Formats: sequence, structure tokens, C-alpha cells
Amino acid sequence: MKEIQRLVLVLTLICVVAAAALAAVYGLTKKPIADRLRKVKLDAIESVLPTYDNKPDKELKEINLGKDHRGREKKITFYTARKQGAYVGTALEYTTKGFGGPLTVIVGVTPDGSIHGVNIISHKETPGLGAKVERPDFLDQFKGKSLANSSFKLKKDRGDLDQVTGATISSRAMVEAVKFCLGKYQEHSGD
Amino acid sequence: MGKVLAEFKKGLWDEIAPFRLVLGLCPALAVTTEAGNGLGMGLAVTFVLTCSNLLVSALRKIIPDQVRIAAYIVVIASFVIIVELVTQAYFYPLYKALGVFVPLIVVNCIILGRAEAFASKNPVIESMADGLGMGLGFTLSLVALGSVRELLGAGTIFGIQIMGKSYLPFLLMIVPPGAFIALGVMLGFMNMAKTNQQRISGLQNNPAPCCNVSST
Repeated sequence: MKEIQRLVLVLTLICVVAAAALAAVYGLTKKPIADRLRKVKLDAIESVLPTYDNKPDKELKEINLGKDHRGREKKITFYTARKQGAYVGTALEYTTKGFGGPLTVIVGVTPDGSIHGVNIISHKETPGLGAKVERPDFLDQFKGKSLANSSFKLKKDRGDLDQVTGATISSRAMVEAVKFCLGKYQEHSGD
Repeated sequence: MGKVLAEFKKGLWDEIAPFRLVLGLCPALAVTTEAGNGLGMGLAVTFVLTCSNLLVSALRKIIPDQVRIAAYIVVIASFVIIVELVTQAYFYPLYKALGVFVPLIVVNCIILGRAEAFASKNPVIESMADGLGMGLGFTLSLVALGSVRELLGAGTIFGIQIMGKSYLPFLLMIVPPGAFIALGVMLGFMNMAKTNQQRISGLQNNPAPCCNVSST
């Protein structure tokens, strides 16, 4: 009996000290981490929108899209950007399925319904192949496109957008995600 | 002092973890697509290994034998989470690159292995030297592996262009199979070097009969 008490005591003590140390480190790093995550998000929003002076990450609206085939929540997030109070555009964040896993894109749309910029927040595409969709020469071709002036199909699928050679699935996922965002933007632009 | 130095040095070559002991391969293969990621991972492991060896060694007389593994895991896991929080707060690009492999340091067999095989039986200073040496050896291996893969797969080392613009990247080296191929080839060369070393020292210790002729 005495032996088992010693075991419990020592292990409990070690766990308590470990928990206290972790709590202290967590407290110290909490704010820097929150700042960092916010900056990463703001950088992404900034890269796809015209200049603005409000805080789009405070003016966000999430729209639930039901569940995907694995039962996870799907959603699209709208970030509204304003300059001196006037509406200048919306950034839409949406996660689709790429070739290697989730592919999160952010699409900046100006009030006339055309794209100001497209960027990738995170992806798991193959390095050197699918990951090339991250490059500006692929992303920049979306600038100025809208549902009215583009079919949002790859040239391979008789459309007007270049695919990345050897990465058709990644390219298609990108194009479809951007098109989806534009559609959702139009659907909700009234409200 | 000599003993401390010896414990430190053995991790750098004689018992260099991924190559000699073939331990810790999961992170060694997964994050070495770039030399920089290898360095980051290696330093994270070095930190955890040195700290956990220090604590395990300091507590070795207090921790009862029956619960030692649980105690080691708590110590190791705490340091890993500290590393994770600190990299996330201050080295965000590295945190993103290493991703899930930082939490997985907990189950890195080098760390538990050194705690069990060395730190639980040796004094604090030697244990720290052992952890530091093993960790740096691990870092070295990861940087070497990462450099080879990055050089062949992207034409760069630490992001610096080496091969020139016309180099066509050998993409296989960046995807997971390339990790196994690179590791296998490097292991082969290290074994060759070791066999050669043994052969040379063997010749010196017992000279072949032909060389003794002159003495008669």
C-alpha cells in the first residue's frame, strides 16, 4: 500500500508541475499567437482587395453550407472592406478539396462583381506540381474576371483559363472554388 | 570533463541517430524537403532532448521504476508543447512548415530512448551532453538529408539558387519516395565509409603476413 501511494504521489507531483509550466508558457504566448494569426489573415485579405481602411476581420459574415461528405461543417466567410466608410469590396474565404487535401482560397471581389485578386491561404498540393497554383502567373490570370466575362473553365476543358501543366486536378479545384465564391458573392450581394 | 565530451561527441558520428541507429525516421523523412525545415526540426528536437534529459536525470532517484515511462512522457510532452507554442508565436513560417511534426516529437523514439537508456542512469551533466550531442547529430543528419533533397529537387540549398536557372528539378526527391531513396543512398555511403575505416585499422593492427617478410 505504501508503495502505491508513493507512485501516485510522484506522478501527480510531476503532472502538477508540468501543468503549471505549460499554463505559464501558454499565458505568455497567447497574445503573440493571436496577433500573428490575425496578421496572417489580414495579409491574405489585403493581398486580394483594393486599399481599405477598416478592419475586415471584424466585419465578417459566415454562411453555413451544410456538411461535406465526411460530416464536417462547410462554410464560406465574407470579409467586408471599406475605405472612409464607402464599400470597396469583399474578400471570400472558402475551403475546397484539392489534389492532396484541403485547399483554402481567398477571393477579392469588387462591387461590380469582378475579381480583384485571388490568393491561397493553405494547401497540401504536391510540391513542384500542384503547388505551382500558388504562383502569381497562375493566380494573376483571375484578375478582372467575372461571371459575365469568363466561363471559369480551363483551356483543357474548352475554357479560357490556363492550367498548370501536370496539375489539372489542382488547377480545376482552384478555378471551381473561385467560381463558387463569385456565385456566392452574387447571391448575397444584396444583403 | 573527458567523459562529458565523449558523451557529447558520440552522438555526432558514432551513434548519429537517423543513420547509425536508424531511429527518428518519421520526422527525418517527412520534413526534409528543404534544408531549412530540417534545421528547424533538428533544433526543436535538440532543445526537447537536452531539457528532457536534464529533468529525467535530475529526477532519476525520485521517479519510481514502475511509473517511469509515464513520468518521462509527461516531461517530454510538456517540453514539446512549449516548443510548439513558442514557434507558433515567434517563428510562424517554421511552425507552418513543420506542421503536425512538432507535436509528433513526443513520440520520437530518440527522445524516449535517450531518457530510458541514458538519462535515467547517468548524472545531470553527462545526460545534458548526451542530449545535446544526440540532438545536434540528428540536426546534422536532417540538414544533410534536406540539402541533398532540396538541391536535387529544387536546385537550391537553404533557398539559395545553386544549380543555375537551366536546371530541371528532379521532383522525385521532394516527394516522400525521394526521402527514402536519399536516406538509403546516404546510409549506404556511411556504411561504406565505416567498412573502409575498419579495413584500414584492421590492416594496421594485424599486418598481413606478406608485410612481415623483411623482419626475418
